[in-house]
Amino acid sequence: MTMGIAEIIFFLVGAVAIASAFGVILHPHPVYSALSLVVALFQIAVLFILLDAPTVAFLQVLVYAGAIMVLFLFVIMLLNLGRDSAAAPAGWKLTALGAGGLLGAELAAFFLLRVVPPSAVGALDPGFGSVKALAHALFTDHALSFEITSILLLVAMVGAVVLARRGID
Amino acid sequence: MVPVQYYLALAGILFAIGAVGVALRRNVIVMFMSIELMLNAANLAFVAIARGLHSMDGQVIVFFVMTVAAAEAAVGLAIILASFRNRTTLDAAQLSSLKW
Repeated sequence: MTMGIAEIIFFLVGAVAIASAFGVILHPHPVYSALSLVVALFQIAVLFILLDAPTVAFLQVLVYAGAIMVLFLFVIMLLNLGRDSAAAPAGWKLTALGAGGLLGAELAAFFLLRVVPPSAVGALDPGFGSVKALAHALFTDHALSFEITSILLLVAMVGAVVLARRGID
Repeated sequence: MVPVQYYLALAGILFAIGAVGVALRRNVIVMFMSIELMLNAANLAFVAIARGLHSMDGQVIVFFVMTVAAAEAAVGLAIILASFRNRTTLDAAQLSSLKW
């Protein structure tokens, strides 16, 4: 494989994504975990752009790194969380890290060595991944799912208001 | 172009890191953030395969996953708030009143 500009960006961004993902799970302070997660989400948005999905990358930054992470940081600061009071026992820590390392190595080896990549013949459509293409797929083939999603969001909004209200018995 | 398997392998590694985070941490909010990381790994795999197949369906699924993640974050954080008001802790090991 020749190292073009796309490969260099991929390996750079992938390394930062893995490093910041480790930051999420290893940093003892929840605020730094949340900020590491923002970095990881931005790296994944860059990977989406490399994969010809600019609309999804835009939504990733707007919805995930923007709205959802603000919600997380808001709750962390509202509850005034500091460092974790008690860490997990050392034996359990080692077991979790070992099992997770095995899982990661297994998944990576499986995808790299055993999976035949799906590949369509011919060149990519010029509008692939654009807002227009995504909206067309969303409002024709997946219109029913789209409508059901709006009900889900309504239910989630009502549920969040009811649960977070003070004086619930 | 970078081969699709590379993206899938990266998604697998990120998913494993998220799974370790859920098992390793005791703070409910950090466990929740690890779940978001796992959802994002799945999203990356969806977009990579959509690129390989030249199909928009994978990107549409990612759109729905983001919606579900937003709903999950709203309701989950409300549950965390309510449980913090009642128990004044976010340690998963101490939230064990449902345990037999």
